[in-house]
Amino acid sequence: MTIEPNESSTGGVPVSADPVGADVNAPAQVPSSPRKGMFGITGTGDVSGFGGLVRRHPEIVGTAKPYGGYFDEVTDALEEAYPGFADAIEKVVVDRGELTLHIKPERVLEVAQIMRDDEALRFELCSSVSGVDYLNSDARRLHVIYHLTSMTYRRRVRLEAAIPAGGSLPSVTSVYPTADWQERETYDMFGVVFTGHPNLTRVLMPDDWEGFPQRKDYPLGGVPVEYKGAEIPPPDQRRVYQ
Amino acid sequence: MTQSGYASERETTEGRVFTVTGGDWDTVTGSVDPLSNEKIVVNMGPQHPSTHGVLRLVLELEGETVQEVRPVVGYLHTGIEKNLEYRNWTQGTTFVTRADYLAPLFNEAGYCLAVEKLLGITDDITERANTIRVLFMELNRISSHLVWLATTGMELGAISMMLYGFREREYILDIFEETTGLRMNHAYFRPGGVAQDIPDSAIKKIRDFLVYLPKKLKEYEDMLSGQVIWQERTQGVAILDVTGCLAMGVTGPVLRSAGLAWDLRKTMPYCGYENYEFDVPTATTADVWGRYQVRLAEIRESLKIVEQALDRLRPGPIFISDKKIAWPAQLAVGLDGMGNSLEHVAKIMGQSMESLIHHFKLVTEGFRVPPGQVYVSIEHPRGELGVHAVSDGGTHPYRVHMRDPSFVNLQAIPAMAEGALLADVIAGGASLDPVMGGCDR
Repeated sequence: MTIEPNESSTGGVPVSADPVGADVNAPAQVPSSPRKGMFGITGTGDVSGFGGLVRRHPEIVGTAKPYGGYFDEVTDALEEAYPGFADAIEKVVVDRGELTLHIKPERVLEVAQIMRDDEALRFELCSSVSGVDYLNSDARRLHVIYHLTSMTYRRRVRLEAAIPAGGSLPSVTSVYPTADWQERETYDMFGVVFTGHPNLTRVLMPDDWEGFPQRKDYPLGGVPVEYKGAEIPPPDQRRVYQ
Repeated sequence: MTQSGYASERETTEGRVFTVTGGDWDTVTGSVDPLSNEKIVVNMGPQHPSTHGVLRLVLELEGETVQEVRPVVGYLHTGIEKNLEYRNWTQGTTFVTRADYLAPLFNEAGYCLAVEKLLGITDDITERANTIRVLFMELNRISSHLVWLATTGMELGAISMMLYGFREREYILDIFEETTGLRMNHAYFRPGGVAQDIPDSAIKKIRDFLVYLPKKLKEYEDMLSGQVIWQERTQGVAILDVTGCLAMGVTGPVLRSAGLAWDLRKTMPYCGYENYEFDVPTATTADVWGRYQVRLAEIRESLKIVEQALDRLRPGPIFISDKKIAWPAQLAVGLDGMGNSLEHVAKIMGQSMESLIHHFKLVTEGFRVPPGQVYVSIEHPRGELGVHAVSDGGTHPYRVHMRDPSFVNLQAIPAMAEGALLADVIAGGASLDPVMGGCDR
C-alpha cells in the first residue's frame, strides 16, 4: 500500500506505464480557476464574445443564526455537550434545507462521538461517508463528508472536513463501525488517509492500482487497459459540450 | 511375506500385493492432532451461483464451522460516479440506472430527487409525475423482492421458487417495457419529471397484475413457509439485532426484521408517500426467516400502494413546466425503444427555428444547476439509498456519490456468519439481498 507523499505524485496507471493524469501533462479536464468561456472552445477565434465570460467560484459562506428548523437545536446541543465547539467548528452552513457543519479534520472523531452519544443529538446512524475533490478552488482540496442520521429525532446533519492532498484525519470507525468500508472507498477514490482505521486498503479498485480515480486531475478513460492492446481515449478528447 | 525397507508385500492369486500402511508412518501420523489441523481456507466466488453475482468470500473453516469471513468486493466496479462528471445532468440518469440493476428505478429516483433539490424545484414536480414515480418504484420493489425470493429459494434448495419468482418478475418487466421501451436500465425518471406517459395498455396490465400476484404469493407461502427444510435453513440463522444493524449501518428489510420499523417512506417521506396508506411490516426474530416474512409482507404493502397510485392517477403534465429545464422533445416509444416523437422532429426541422435552437441547447449543453450540495435518501428495496450530489454551477455534475445499501449491508456478513456453519453463510448472505452492480457501482 502506498500512501501519497505529496501533491506531485502521479495518478492513474497500472504499474510500469507512463504516468497519465495527475499533475504532469495531464490529459484530464482539470478545472481551471477562474473558469473562462461558455463552450469549452480553445484555439479558435472567438467571434461571439462569450469566450470572455468568466465564471466565478462561489465561496462557501457561513450562515448566521438563527438557522431555523431543528438546526438551532442541534447546534445548541452540540455546543453545550462539546466544550471545544468554538475551536472545532469552522463554519455552519444552512443551504437548501440541510445543515452542514464544517469541522477541523483533527476533531472529526470527537465530534462524531458526541453526535452519537449525547441525548439531545442521538445521531445513531452514519448514513454515508464520501469525498469531494475541490481542486483549484480550495487549498485544502479534499473534503470528507459524513451524513449522520438521527432515528430518534428524524434528523440529518452533514459534517464536512477539508484536508490538503496527502493529509490525513482520524477514522470514525471506532464510533461508527459502518464507516469501515465507506472510509476505505474514500481512501480508494481520493487518497484520503484515515488514521486509526483497522484495515485501510482499496475496496473497489484492484489492490495494485496506482492513483486515486475520483480526483479531479485523474482522467476518465485513457488509462491503458490490459485487453488486447485496446486503448480508449478520454471522453474530453472525443467531444465536449461544457 | 517378506520384510523390506519400503512396504510389506505378500503373494496372492492375483499377483503381489503391497501394504503401505504401518511401518514408520504410524509414529508420524499419530503425532498429528486431527482437530487443530482441520483449519482450511476456502475461497468462495467471485464466480459462484450463490453469491449473487461477483461477490467473493474468503472463509476460514474449522470443520464446518466458519472462523472468519472476509468479503471482497469491487469486481463489478464500472466507475459510474466518475462517468457522471463527464456528462450533463440529464444524461446522468442513464448511468445511475445501471448501478443496482434489480432496482434501476430507485437509482433514477434518488438521483433525480437530488438534482431537483439542487435546482430547488422539488415542489414543482407535477402530481402526475410523482404518482407515476411512486407507482413504478413500488412495482420495481415487488420485482426486486421477487428476485430475492427466487434466488434465495434457489440457494437454499427450493429450485422451483426460482422459476416462479423470475416468471412473476417478467410480468412487471413487461409493464416497464410497455411504458419505457426497455425491460431494465430505463432512464425513465428524469430531473423534472418522467420521460414518458403511461399508455393505457400498461395500466390495464398493472390492473391485471394486481389480481394475479396475490394468488401467486399465497402459493409461495404455502410452498415455503410450512416446509420443514425451509424453516430449518432460515429460522435462527444469521441473526443480527438492532444494535448490530445500526453499528454496521444495515437498513431496509434486514433492520425491520430485527424489529425497528424504520422506513424512509414513513419517517422522511418523499414523492408524496405521506399521502398513501400502507404499513411498515416488521418481525422480531432478526433472522433469515424474519427477513423472508418482512419481504413477503412488503410485496403486499407495495401492491396496496400501486393500487392507490393507480386510483389517484389524474390526467396532467408529466414534466415540469419550466422550459429552461424541461426536456424539449416529446418522447415516444418506437420499435427500437424510446426516442424523439415524429411530430417533434417535424416541428424543429420544418417549422420553428427557435424550437430547434432551444432543443439543441438543452439537449447538447444541458441546463445549469446552482452551486451547492444536497443529500437525498430514499427507501430502496435493500435499505437506504443516499445520493450526495455536488454542483459547481455548471451543466455537469461536479460530484455524485451513491450510498448504496448493498455496499454498506455487505459489511455485516462477518458479524452474521462467523461462528456459524458454512451453509448458513449462504443463507445469511442471501438474506442481505446484495446486488453487486449497486455495491461496486
